[in-house]
Amino acid sequence: MQPTHASRRILLPVRNWFIVLTLFLALLLNLIPFGRLPGIPDWVALVLAFWCVHQPLKVGMAAGFVLGLAMDVVDASVMGQHALAYVLLAFAAAGLSRRVLWFPLSQQALHVLPLFLGMQLVMMVARMVSGAEFPGVLWFLSSFTAALLWHPVTYLLLMPQFRPEDKDVHRPI
Amino acid sequence: MSVVGHAPPPFFKRGPAPLVRLVFFVSLSLILLIADLRFHTLEWVRLAVATVAWPLQRITWMPIDAAGDVGAYLVRQSTLLKENEELRRRQLGTANLLLRQQHLEQENMRLRALLDMRARLPVEGRIAEILYAARDPFSRRVIIDKGMQHGIGAGQAVVDDVGIIGQVVRVFPLTAEVLLLTDKDQAIPVEVQRNGLRAILAGAGAGMMELRFLAANAEVQIGDILVTSGLDGVYLPGLPVAKVVKIDRDSAYSFARITCAPLAGVERHGLALVLGARTALPPQPADAPSTADEPGRGKRAKKKARQ
Repeated sequence: MQPTHASRRILLPVRNWFIVLTLFLALLLNLIPFGRLPGIPDWVALVLAFWCVHQPLKVGMAAGFVLGLAMDVVDASVMGQHALAYVLLAFAAAGLSRRVLWFPLSQQALHVLPLFLGMQLVMMVARMVSGAEFPGVLWFLSSFTAALLWHPVTYLLLMPQFRPEDKDVHRPI
Repeated sequence: MSVVGHAPPPFFKRGPAPLVRLVFFVSLSLILLIADLRFHTLEWVRLAVATVAWPLQRITWMPIDAAGDVGAYLVRQSTLLKENEELRRRQLGTANLLLRQQHLEQENMRLRALLDMRARLPVEGRIAEILYAARDPFSRRVIIDKGMQHGIGAGQAVVDDVGIIGQVVRVFPLTAEVLLLTDKDQAIPVEVQRNGLRAILAGAGAGMMELRFLAANAEVQIGDILVTSGLDGVYLPGLPVAKVVKIDRDSAYSFARITCAPLAGVERHGLALVLGARTALPPQPADAPSTADEPGRGKRAKKKARQ
C-alpha cells in the first residue's frame, strides 16, 4: 500500500487569486500598530511559509522579495532587511515542502519553527552589523506564536480546497 | 545526462534553478541593505511606497482606534474627576510661572538688545499626535500624524510638556517619523544645568541615555539636570532633556560612564509639539585641519564666555 499524505484528503487545485488575497490580508494584519508588544507573529512570514510549503511552484522567492520590500517601508526599518529574510525563508520552506507535508500538523509546526527563528536571526544580524541595539530575547517569541498558529492557519488557508463532504456516488474518485 | 552540445529537452519549464534564484534575490537584498545603510539613497523609493500604502495603513488602524474609543468610553467618572482636579491644581501651580514668563521674555529681549546679541528666534510649533511606535524592534521611532502637507521637515525637534522627545528624521506626505532620544543613533548636545558643563548625550537603548566622552573626574552628580546647549543649531538652548541617574567612575577607563534617564515621556504616547526649524547658523570659521585640537578650542571658548 502506498503511503498517503498526512492530511489524507485529496484537495482541489488552489486558486491563484486566493493566494494573492491571503498574502495581501497578511500584509494588512502586519500593518496593525501593536508597537513593541512581544509575541505578535509576523503574519506575512507565516502565510508566505505556508504557501511556499504547499505550493512551491506558485509562491517563491520573488513573492518573498516583493513582500519584504513592502514590509521594510511600512515598518520603518532598513530597506532590504525583510526582503533578505523573506527570500531565505521562502527558499528554505520550498526546499522543505516535499518532506514536511508527510508529517502530522503538530510536527509540521516543529519543522517550520526553526525557519521562523532563522528568519529573525538573519534580520538581527543584518541590523546589528550596522550598529542597531539588541531587541531583547522576548522579540523571538513571535516565532513561537507563528509556529503555534501553523495548525489553525493550515485549516483556514486550505478550506477552499477541501472537497464537499457529501458523497457523490457517480464521482470517479 | 548532457552530452557536449546537447542539452536534454526541457519537459517542465520552471525557470532558473532555485539556488540561482536564491543567489540573485539575496544579492539584490544585500545591495539594497548597503545602499540604504551606507549611502541613504533609497529615500525616494520609501516615499513612493509609503504614499501608496498610506490608505491601507489608515484602514488597519481602525480596530486599534475602535478599541481605544471603547476603552475611553468606559473610563469611570471618578477617574475623570480625579484627573480634572489634578489638572486644575497643576494649572494653578504653573500659572505663577506663566504669568511671569511674558514679562521675563520682554526683559530678556531688552537685555539681549543691550548686549547686542542676535535676538533669540521666535519659536513656532505645531501640535502633533503620536500615532504609534514603529514596528521595527531595532530602533526607537514613533510616527506622528503631521507630515509634508503640514510643513514638517526633517531635522525639526519634537518636545512634550516636560522636555525633548526626539527629532523628525523622515517625512511622508501625511506622517513623519520621529527618532526618539533613546535610540542608539541619536545624539544631542547638552549642558549640565548646574554648572554649564557641555557634553554630548547619546541614546543607549532600553529607554536610557549615556553621557559620552566626559573625563572620569568630570563634575557631574547624580540628580543633575541636563538641558540642551543649542550648539548644534537644531535644538533651542535650555530645553530639559535628561537627568543623571548613575555614574560609574572607573579609573581603568579614561571616561566616566554616566547613565541618564529622559525627563520627557519619551516612550509614552500622546500629544507632542514639533518645533519650527531654526534658521541655519552662520558659516563656521575656516575648519581646523584635524579634530585633535577640539578640546583646546572648547576651553578657549569657555574662557571667552566667562569674560
